[in-house]
Amino acid sequence: MYSEKVMDHFTNPRNVGEIENASGVGTVGNAKCGDIMRIYLDIDDDGIIKDVKFKTFGCGAAVATSSMATELVKGKNVQQALEVTNKAVMEALDGLPPVKVHCSLLAEEAIHAALWDYAQKKGIKIEGLEKPPQDIGEIVEEEDY
Amino acid sequence: MRQIYLDNAATTCVKEEVLREILPYFTEDYANPSAIYSFAQKASQAVEDARRKAAELIGANANEIYFTAGGSESDNWALKAAAEAYNSKGKHIITSAIEHHAILHTCSYLEKQGYEVTYLKVDEYGKISLEELKKAVRPDTILISVMTANNEIGTIEPIKEIGKIAHENGILFHTDAVQAYGHIPIDVNEMNIDMLSASGHKLGGPKGTGLLYIRKGVKIRSFIHGGAQERNRRAGTLNTAGIVGLGKAAELAKAQMQSRAEYETKLRDHLISRVLSEIPYSRLNGDPKDRLPNNANFCFRFIEGESMLIMLDRLGIYASSGSACTSGSLDPSHVLLAIGLPHEIAYGSLRLTLSEETTLKDIDHTVDELKGIIKRLRDMSPLYADFISEKKGA
Repeated sequence: MYSEKVMDHFTNPRNVGEIENASGVGTVGNAKCGDIMRIYLDIDDDGIIKDVKFKTFGCGAAVATSSMATELVKGKNVQQALEVTNKAVMEALDGLPPVKVHCSLLAEEAIHAALWDYAQKKGIKIEGLEKPPQDIGEIVEEEDY
Repeated sequence: MRQIYLDNAATTCVKEEVLREILPYFTEDYANPSAIYSFAQKASQAVEDARRKAAELIGANANEIYFTAGGSESDNWALKAAAEAYNSKGKHIITSAIEHHAILHTCSYLEKQGYEVTYLKVDEYGKISLEELKKAVRPDTILISVMTANNEIGTIEPIKEIGKIAHENGILFHTDAVQAYGHIPIDVNEMNIDMLSASGHKLGGPKGTGLLYIRKGVKIRSFIHGGAQERNRRAGTLNTAGIVGLGKAAELAKAQMQSRAEYETKLRDHLISRVLSEIPYSRLNGDPKDRLPNNANFCFRFIEGESMLIMLDRLGIYASSGSACTSGSLDPSHVLLAIGLPHEIAYGSLRLTLSEETTLKDIDHTVDELKGIIKRLRDMSPLYADFISEKKGA
């Protein structure tokens, strides 16, 4: 059901861990939905993301999207990181099954939440970044019989 | 790679003896068993032999067994036909919150047709309360349907007592015995059962086979229309090979039940005790004593089930999270929520279901691998990180 890339990022996730005294930390999702992602950013004075780590509770796709999202923002500046969309994460993973698309949204939100936290701490405003929701709403699926 | 199959509640490997008995009915005695010429004799005799064997396993008469295409069909038939047949008496049905979806979704279908359904709650072990059942009974109650044993957590329900309460109140009693048939002793008379659903592939028979036991005198009508098969109650050309397979599997299950249950129970208890003692923050779901011999179901805190399954799969260990029927769903198991587990714990469930082919070595290997997998996933989990830092802070 998962692409090879997803399996690769799930079984060998990149950037797992925590950053002490991170420039920004964002946690999104909730246990009720079954996914929680936390992303740590280390951003230098020039606004470049020097390091990024994540911790995720969730399915294979949740872990893989977190891993890929961290890879995509590493080394980028804040503005470029903001442009890493869920679509970009999905494409980089060669797609996700339809029921798992929300995982990529969560990854995007986690990056945004960490950037928001960074902006709050620095007392700056990042162009185009809005306060992220506390958690992603559950995707309502039609029941089939 | 060594392969360890621990999903026998999803389906089982067809037994050699079963396969051998099935094969002639594809290419040699392939005649339609309902035909009148002599060529069909062997096939029709084989179907009747299978019917007798299937009946003997539950103390029923052969003419009370109706072959179907599986457990889900049997459940649908029993509920919808009973609802239709008895709706002049009332439109109230009692079932439990932890039934298989073949029952639950059929109930919600009936609710849309104007029936009322009471879903009995279960306790922390997954058992219904007989007192609650008595309180739920109303003058317009026409059917009680409670499963013999739960497919996810393996808890065995007090079927005999439920049937007694049903009969004292003149109510029909149906039980979904898909997981229990051939695994634990069932006697339809002693246990006051009026209708019972079973499936062939959970006990070494072929998929696509099942049966509904209907006690003589229970007046439910046909569900599949179009022919006179099964005494006008279930149309469709008889699946000779499948039925023969179910019959043979039932015969073997009856003969081997005690020794197999003893063997599986020993392995199961070894598995449970190793997991609970060696993996921190783990719990057993379901009743520790009144449970299917081959079922173990655990929750591991701070991790999510699918990740665990994929990692086990990569090591050649095949297990399931809740039931295979709901693995496409994003919601945690309705059974685990019904026994009172919060969502985040219910997500971290693992069901391991054994067979007589499972060995002690398989179990030990699985537990050894599981320990590493769970540690790895916890190291990745923000819930675990928070838990540890809170613990340190406290």
